[in-house]
Amino acid sequence: MRTTKRWWWSGAVSALVLVWAAPARAEGEQFMPVPSYRVGPYAAGGTSLYGGFIDYMNLINMRDGGINGVKLTWEECETEYKPDRGVECYERLKAKGPTGASMFHPYSTGISYALISKVGHDKIPLVTIAHGRTDAADGRYFPYVFPLITHYWSLNTDIIRYIGEREGGMAKLKGKKIVHLHHGSAYGKEPNVVFQKQAEKYGYEAKIIEVPAPGSEQQAQWLEIRQFKPDWVIVTGWGVMNPAALKNAVRVGFPMDHIVGNFWTGSEEDVEPVGTAAKGYISAALNPPGKESKVIQEIERVVYGAGKGNMVDKKRVGSIYYNRGVLTGIVSVEAIRVAQGKFGKKPLTGEQIRWGLENLNLDPARIAAIGATGFIQPLKVTCADHEGGGAVKFQQWDGTKWKIISDWVQADKELVRPLIEESAAKYAKENNITQRDCAKEST
Amino acid sequence: MAFFIEVLVGGLLAGVMYSLIALGFVLIFKASGVFNFAQGAMVLAAATTYAGLVDMGWSGWLAFLAALAVMIVFALLTERLVLRPLVNQPQISLFMATIGLTFVLEGASQAVWGSVVRGLDLGIPDTPLEVSGVLISKFDLVASGTAGALVVLLASFFQWTRTGRALRAVADDHQAALSVGIPLERIWALVWAAAGAVALVTGLLWGSRLGVQFALTQVALKALPVIILGGFTSIAGAIVGGLMVGASEKVAEVYLGPIIGGGIENWFPYVLALLFLLVRPDGLFGEKRIERV
Repeated sequence: MRTTKRWWWSGAVSALVLVWAAPARAEGEQFMPVPSYRVGPYAAGGTSLYGGFIDYMNLINMRDGGINGVKLTWEECETEYKPDRGVECYERLKAKGPTGASMFHPYSTGISYALISKVGHDKIPLVTIAHGRTDAADGRYFPYVFPLITHYWSLNTDIIRYIGEREGGMAKLKGKKIVHLHHGSAYGKEPNVVFQKQAEKYGYEAKIIEVPAPGSEQQAQWLEIRQFKPDWVIVTGWGVMNPAALKNAVRVGFPMDHIVGNFWTGSEEDVEPVGTAAKGYISAALNPPGKESKVIQEIERVVYGAGKGNMVDKKRVGSIYYNRGVLTGIVSVEAIRVAQGKFGKKPLTGEQIRWGLENLNLDPARIAAIGATGFIQPLKVTCADHEGGGAVKFQQWDGTKWKIISDWVQADKELVRPLIEESAAKYAKENNITQRDCAKEST
Repeated sequence: MAFFIEVLVGGLLAGVMYSLIALGFVLIFKASGVFNFAQGAMVLAAATTYAGLVDMGWSGWLAFLAALAVMIVFALLTERLVLRPLVNQPQISLFMATIGLTFVLEGASQAVWGSVVRGLDLGIPDTPLEVSGVLISKFDLVASGTAGALVVLLASFFQWTRTGRALRAVADDHQAALSVGIPLERIWALVWAAAGAVALVTGLLWGSRLGVQFALTQVALKALPVIILGGFTSIAGAIVGGLMVGASEKVAEVYLGPIIGGGIENWFPYVLALLFLLVRPDGLFGEKRIERV
């Protein structure tokens, strides 16, 4: 009888502790998984990308005390950029924190493809800024996937528009020869459909050349380019393919200022191995490099000033990938802030944060308040449009650093959106997905 | 016709770069009969050490000597800690040990020197040289000369020195070699050090072309069809195999690629090697294995 009583008391005390402890945690923390890749072939990019992301979250915690008092917490999981490891990290982290994972940022097209069906079931937003499945921008069929800011199809129209401007107008593209040199992967092939559609629209002669992954050997491809004599070469590369492309361009004497890389082909890591020979090379930029933006200066002052910076190599603070990580932090934090406006200033579930993402409206005033004018484009996401932006800037390598050479160049949404809707509807039909009624869900 | 010649010459010169990697594999195989899975990681370790030291302000030659010293120390440690305990064990155990070494080396390289991509300027121009309308890379010519010099050096070593002859005995049978007084440990340490030196030269040339980065480990895959074609035990075979692989993959990519969708140069050499295996399982210059039944 005494033993039973003791058990009863200890059970009651434990229950009280749990009841007391659980709400205390729930009021204070919003959990963010960080599926980074700091080792392996893509570690150079991954270290800066996720370093910038973590530094921005640290800035929000240290300077503002979290998002409206809700502190951000995170845990890193090494994916090595591999889909199997990415899925493992997702499964390991999705239920962490008081309300589970806020959202998931794989920064790998392979991992994001592997997670598309899972995130809908778990109600966790998959944020695929400038990567992943392009037609997922149609939120009516992909409610939990967000290729925010821009994607490969919009990007291709940005690049063609830029080339058109350089040629003196889009009409001047008629009869020009343009090559798309791409990485031999799902990622590399993604822009091909729009590249060809635009060739029909503007009358340029399109040639698509694939570089087998990883892309360290491109001699044959550049000899083909030399034989074709194009006016412009667009490069959709990744990792070692990028410096190899530029080195081979030098070897066949192709002019650098007529090569335009995409935003994964335009980091310091891509051009530094080529050195001054890459001078003149142009690439699309999702975000500008450097430390001129107030938000980067704030990170240096608050986070690095307190010795809490994530980057071991502090020289990379302000690099293209680092700033992209900060950009990721900005849109993630702002989405949570928007969601808090509806659901309350407390830790939110993935489903609630999805609402925040679908109602994200970064106008110039809000961007200025964040300290990111010129650093991030105005963004208006809706239930149907999970991209929200579509523009890029263009930058040119001057032999030692990237220099921004254009304002935001807007995507040709009239061409891209119908293609996205058509492709998304086809996917939905194949996978028995019913279309959401966004009119009912937007409020 | 000029274009075909350009593709062919470019392919042959690219093949020499593959031969450089293959040389490292052949050296270890000749000494131990084991396929050294860690050769790519050795290329990465040597190149990152060199580039990291240059980044710290060391002169090129000093960094070269230091990187060479690191590779020699690595060879001695490998012999003492990994190979010696595995003497007389099945060769698959040695092979598995080299897989383990790969991950240790890759991890250690990134842990010590970071994951940053480093440019490497050896002062060799990569601008083209025009000969009768055909563009030839000056860099590839220098790489060919380097590979040629290495082949002559290594072939002479194996052919004319006592150690070279001892190597062949070791490869045939560890126990028998030990019983006739061949110092197995010293031979292995020597060969791994030589493979380390080859890895350093390979790493510098490939690093100069691609930047010193993790992807250097993957260029080792290019050497596999080369050694299948040339033979696992032949230094000359590594060169001939490299030339065959380089030329055939470039010609196939340019002329066959557009017909079947492009991007074929990664797998085409393996198809070629597979077909070759059916006809000559020991490769072009490999030693024919005759065993008493």
